[in-house]
Amino acid sequence: MRKLPLWLQLAAAATFAFLYLPLVVVVAYSFNDSRLNAEWVGFTLDWYRVLFADEEMLLAARNSLFIALVSSLCATLLGTLAGLAIHRYRPRWLPLLVITPVAMPEILLGVSLLVFFIQVLHLTLGLLSVVLAHITFSIGFVAIIVRARLAGMDESIFEAARDLGASPWATFRLVTFPLILPAVVAGFLMSFTLSIDDFVITFFTAGVGVSTLPLQIYSMIKIAVTPEVNAVSTLLMLLTLVLVIVASRLDKSFMKGGA
Amino acid sequence: MALLEIRNITRRFADFEAVSEVSFTVESGEFFTLLGPSGCGKTTILRMIAGFDLPDAGQILLDGRDLARTPAEKRPIHTVFQSYALFPHLSVGQNVAFPLRMAGVAETELRRRVRETLEQVHLAELAEHYPHEISGGQKQRVALARGLVNRPRLLLLDEPLGALDLKLREEMQLELIKLQREVGVTFVFVTHAQPEALALSHRIAVMNRGRIEQLDEPSRIYSFPSNRFVADFIGNCNLLEAAVIERRDGLLRLAAAGLGEIRAPASDAEKAGDKGVLALRPEQVRIGAANSASDDANRFPGTVRDFLYVGDVTTYQVALDNGCQLAALRPNDAPGRARFFEVGDRVTLSWAADAGHYVRD
Repeated sequence: MRKLPLWLQLAAAATFAFLYLPLVVVVAYSFNDSRLNAEWVGFTLDWYRVLFADEEMLLAARNSLFIALVSSLCATLLGTLAGLAIHRYRPRWLPLLVITPVAMPEILLGVSLLVFFIQVLHLTLGLLSVVLAHITFSIGFVAIIVRARLAGMDESIFEAARDLGASPWATFRLVTFPLILPAVVAGFLMSFTLSIDDFVITFFTAGVGVSTLPLQIYSMIKIAVTPEVNAVSTLLMLLTLVLVIVASRLDKSFMKGGA
Repeated sequence: MALLEIRNITRRFADFEAVSEVSFTVESGEFFTLLGPSGCGKTTILRMIAGFDLPDAGQILLDGRDLARTPAEKRPIHTVFQSYALFPHLSVGQNVAFPLRMAGVAETELRRRVRETLEQVHLAELAEHYPHEISGGQKQRVALARGLVNRPRLLLLDEPLGALDLKLREEMQLELIKLQREVGVTFVFVTHAQPEALALSHRIAVMNRGRIEQLDEPSRIYSFPSNRFVADFIGNCNLLEAAVIERRDGLLRLAAAGLGEIRAPASDAEKAGDKGVLALRPEQVRIGAANSASDDANRFPGTVRDFLYVGDVTTYQVALDNGCQLAALRPNDAPGRARFFEVGDRVTLSWAADAGHYVRD
């Protein structure tokens, strides 16, 4: 590759620094042997010990994982079906209906879900309401990913399966599903990451009794950014990073076999 | 009883009639071709036979049984798609095994037949490879093997050679003929390439605008086109507008526009006053040096305007002195010589009284 001019390299470096330095600082201070995020004193794992002894934090983490797992499983199922339907039947309004929540400002979605749960469904806010809320905003992402995968495929493959004796169900099981599987998995991981770090919508739909990691971190930094917050942020970051890497790897390796 | 019988099928899309009251039959063991320009309805017919589409009117019968209520997967008919449509997540062997699995063939029998069929198309060593690892020509063979492995009553081929380069296409043509003879499966082949249709088929249905223009053996389609469209579409052809002056002793005297009086063979009941065209193939027109001797009934002087040299033969475009332009073909058979005439050369064109085929309007 041609070497880039110096000013472009500098600009790129500055941009990446702006993006990643804050994260590096958070990670670094999570190992800092001091109550204050002011100066580097020495290396310690104390804050992680504090974190894993913090009952409230552990409960919030459990809630987050539960919500993320259940909501992304449901969203993956529904989103996949929506993606298939949009591709197969080319409905006029379905794409808009499914994809609108993706583009809707979160605050608006949060407020309207809150009103809907309380005034229409008379639902007590809690885990269930958060799960439902997360499903609504995740379906669209899964549908978009699955549909994009289908759009890139030769339609005659599915006709060939029918032609060679496969029933509609066998065609789905043996041909369609294996071919869209990478997109389905990518959609699941996407929903999972969206759910686990969602703040705004969770804030409106969780009520008073339930806390999640983002809500817990927010309530803690209202007092001060303690090293414990740094520690939990670091772990959250690590989890997200792993999911993103797995998702992109999956997509690539499957695509190779699939294209 | 014919294996496949198409009875008066019609298919409309919105305001466009893709297939209009088409009927034909295909005999068991036949290599039958639907030939026509793109949009003539040939692929629509194929899709209706396969079961991907249903006719708006008419019937499709296989072994005398109406297929209207039989879905694609229940028809003993397989298709080789233009894009091959191999399953990308399955190996070559698994692709070929697919129809056998769907039919519930036992594992040992299945393995044996997959191996046999792959050997037949010379791909036995590629069974473990995936479609993205093999070449276009190999994909073509896999698609053929997959279509034939379960011995369907009928194999439909939708422009299967369209994506191959010329050399490979000619090889595959020979192999298709051989394969079809070996396995004895009836082929219905769709193509817009007329040399391919002439080379492969037992019979050809030439289609245009949703209708069959002519259905016959390749040599009859080529030599005795039944109308202008067929004459023009199949091969290269001089079409001479001409009216019948007289019919006598199996010969016609014609008044050809821009040419004058010519002789041509009579075919059916032409009579004086009929209008039409004389379809005269370039290889039936002899080209010689100016005033060279010949016994041909039709002789006209002219000047070479252009030529198309393709190696084995050269086609000369000659402007005749009385205004008409004709193509004449001559094999380049003289040793050490690329062609016989140059642009601007004076030449004489001639053809026999029994050359060509007169088509009435």
